[in-house]
Amino acid sequence: MSPAFDYSALVETRPDGVRHLDLVIEGITCAACIGDIERGLACLPELEKARLNYTNRRLAAEWRVADFDPMRVISRLAELGYKAHPFEPSREEEIEAAEMRFLLRCLAVAGFAAMNIMLLSVSVWSGNASDITEETRDFFHWISALIALPTAAYAGQPFFRNAFRAIRARSMTMDVPISLGVTLALGMSLYETIHHAHHAYFDSAVMLLFFLLLGRVLDQVMRRKTRAVAGNLLALRGETAVVLGDGGAAREVPLKAVRPGDRVLVLPGDRVSVDGIVLDGSSSVDASLVTGETAHAPVGPGALVYAGAVNLDGALTVQVTAAAEGTLLDEVNRLVETAANARSRYLRLADRAARIYSPIVHVTALATAIGWMLLGAGLHDALITAIAVLIITCPCALALAVPATQVVASGSLFRAGVLLQTGDAIERMAACDTIVFDKTGTLTTPEPRVVNAGEIAPDLLEAACRLALSSRHPLAAALAGQALGRSPFPGAREEAGHGVVAQLGPEPGAIEARLGSPTFCGAEAQATAALAGAPDATVIAVRVGERRAVMLMHQVLRPDAAAVVADLRRRGFRIAILSGDREQPVADAAQALGVDEWRSGLKPGGKIDALAAMAAQGRRVLMVGDGLNDAPALAAAHASISPVTAAHLAQSSADALFLGERLRPVADAVVLARTAHAVMRQNLGIAVVYNLIAVPLAIMGHVTPLIAAAAMSGSSIIVTLNALRARLPGREPEQGSPVSATPTRPFVSTQRPARAAP
Amino acid sequence: MNVLVYLLPIALSLGLLGLGAFLWSLKSGQYDDLDGAAVRILDDDDVRRN
Repeated sequence: MSPAFDYSALVETRPDGVRHLDLVIEGITCAACIGDIERGLACLPELEKARLNYTNRRLAAEWRVADFDPMRVISRLAELGYKAHPFEPSREEEIEAAEMRFLLRCLAVAGFAAMNIMLLSVSVWSGNASDITEETRDFFHWISALIALPTAAYAGQPFFRNAFRAIRARSMTMDVPISLGVTLALGMSLYETIHHAHHAYFDSAVMLLFFLLLGRVLDQVMRRKTRAVAGNLLALRGETAVVLGDGGAAREVPLKAVRPGDRVLVLPGDRVSVDGIVLDGSSSVDASLVTGETAHAPVGPGALVYAGAVNLDGALTVQVTAAAEGTLLDEVNRLVETAANARSRYLRLADRAARIYSPIVHVTALATAIGWMLLGAGLHDALITAIAVLIITCPCALALAVPATQVVASGSLFRAGVLLQTGDAIERMAACDTIVFDKTGTLTTPEPRVVNAGEIAPDLLEAACRLALSSRHPLAAALAGQALGRSPFPGAREEAGHGVVAQLGPEPGAIEARLGSPTFCGAEAQATAALAGAPDATVIAVRVGERRAVMLMHQVLRPDAAAVVADLRRRGFRIAILSGDREQPVADAAQALGVDEWRSGLKPGGKIDALAAMAAQGRRVLMVGDGLNDAPALAAAHASISPVTAAHLAQSSADALFLGERLRPVADAVVLARTAHAVMRQNLGIAVVYNLIAVPLAIMGHVTPLIAAAAMSGSSIIVTLNALRARLPGREPEQGSPVSATPTRPFVSTQRPARAAP
Repeated sequence: MNVLVYLLPIALSLGLLGLGAFLWSLKSGQYDDLDGAAVRILDDDDVRRN
């Protein structure tokens, strides 16, 4: 059965009648693919626009004809050899794109103004030392004012807005002293210009804006890159649901279009994509992504199933429910919310610095003004000196100290396969001294592996892997991941719910090969015998002619788990395991990794309690987990990381995601976070030293605009150069690094539920 | 120094022209796909050979 896929929820109709659909394209390897795809789609005349964005691997398709079926684009792409996944840009991504354009406009305006004003200022400085006439100087100052004032009003918006918001919320951020410094510098310069003075600080004010905007743009570029990859990965998971209409007609819709009350059909082998109550059918489910429990649970009518569980045996009809009271989902949601509230009280390093810095600077400026007046200087001179103090301390270096480091570090993490989701992730990870792992899907691979490969004839195992390439079943997909470059058997077809059949060899006397349930392959006896030794494993059987074998599939530890855990312990981290699984599997894993601190059978609340107990001992915990049941713990821990295969709620609760099959990125993340944090503190130190030198000069009234410009740009450059050190030591980016925009890893594709064949 | 009175505005308007060009290119989406732009230029299939 292949229900028609319904794209209407993802197609955006613009007011002028143009329909727009975004697709994430898998399989783009080189620049030639751009031409392949765009020319290949030219044979669809209805399509008005098909443009591939090579940077983020997305295709924008636009058409006007109302009855054009976008499925034709996808099937045409499939003919060309590319897999396309309909994709809807998330709200955050659109907001960030708009923000990025705005920041770039501000940067361009500030850059233009800074260059032109500097041109005029340099003339004035050199003229002041030689023979500039008063008229020319005034003329130059007035033109500077003409450029600087509108520029500050436009390009200063990002800072003024945030500063205003911070003041209204009665808090202190770096934007407040920035806005104050810029405004005062401009006001004073205008006053001085009107009174034909020798010095004006227009160049300082605008240059400050330019440097700070540059920092923000770089930060935004990095964040957008991360967000685009995360969005693509989500689209590759391609989560859809088969909704049953009133007449029993099935249609496949994107998850977003599913409403509570809908009836959803879940075929054997599919991942359940919704939360709901089973109405009809009986089966067993693998809920390891939900509860961490590796043993399969039987479900029948009335049972609750959660998104992320894999349906193993029979078709189920599930009625979608919203999070009802008393269910696991409700409990998890409640716990996540409480934990997230507690966490939002965390004060970032830059804001802490701003809190200490602002009062000191403002009091110093005030003291300067009063001091000079007491010494007999006029009100005008005293105020000018005080404002000069504010300008010279305007936190250019201080405001760049943290973001510049953040950009370099998150870029380095990105290449190591870690996507940062929150702005303060690095700071919080750096403070952690204890790492708590979930077991299932985190320490172990998210998908099962063949554990008895040694006992199976190599040619049978190879045949099984090649057969598995033709199946959509999650177990088969795990097996297909081990096929390593072999091709599927021609003519192999899948019998839904049973397995794959292929005819090997020439037609008369062809041998039949089967892969599937033991019953399907006639291997029940062998299966029973094999299961007796490993009751937790799942069995998949293969038959070629009359030869049969059963493969025991089991989740195994990630290949580098032991090495990474040992490495982390060597670096002084305390390691613990908190799992929702039964005692025996957890004990085995803990023993294999040499971890003595472990607990099993924990409910979501239990994990939080365990974390709270650790926090009470003064330990800062980095939680690494993937299940729905880990979500509250991820939100409650000091910092958290999820594998990219994690349940939705877990992903959105985590500070960072790591890609790939290895655990190495977790260790890289904590190590780099510590390096980056040290660099941030060092940068703040540099900024303080700069102020210690510059402020006395300003108080004594020796700061001319020339000195201000040199000091500010000098300190900013030093801080930025120092930030470049926040990288992973001596690691070349791997060839085909784990973060291409569309990873083609087998484990990602196992997450994809059935898709109707074109 | 009277020459400055018209030279400076000319210099500034040239600068403004550059700024305007950048803002236009930003608005027309030329910075949306930087990697793509770098490789598309190598594709000469749109040139008709006679």
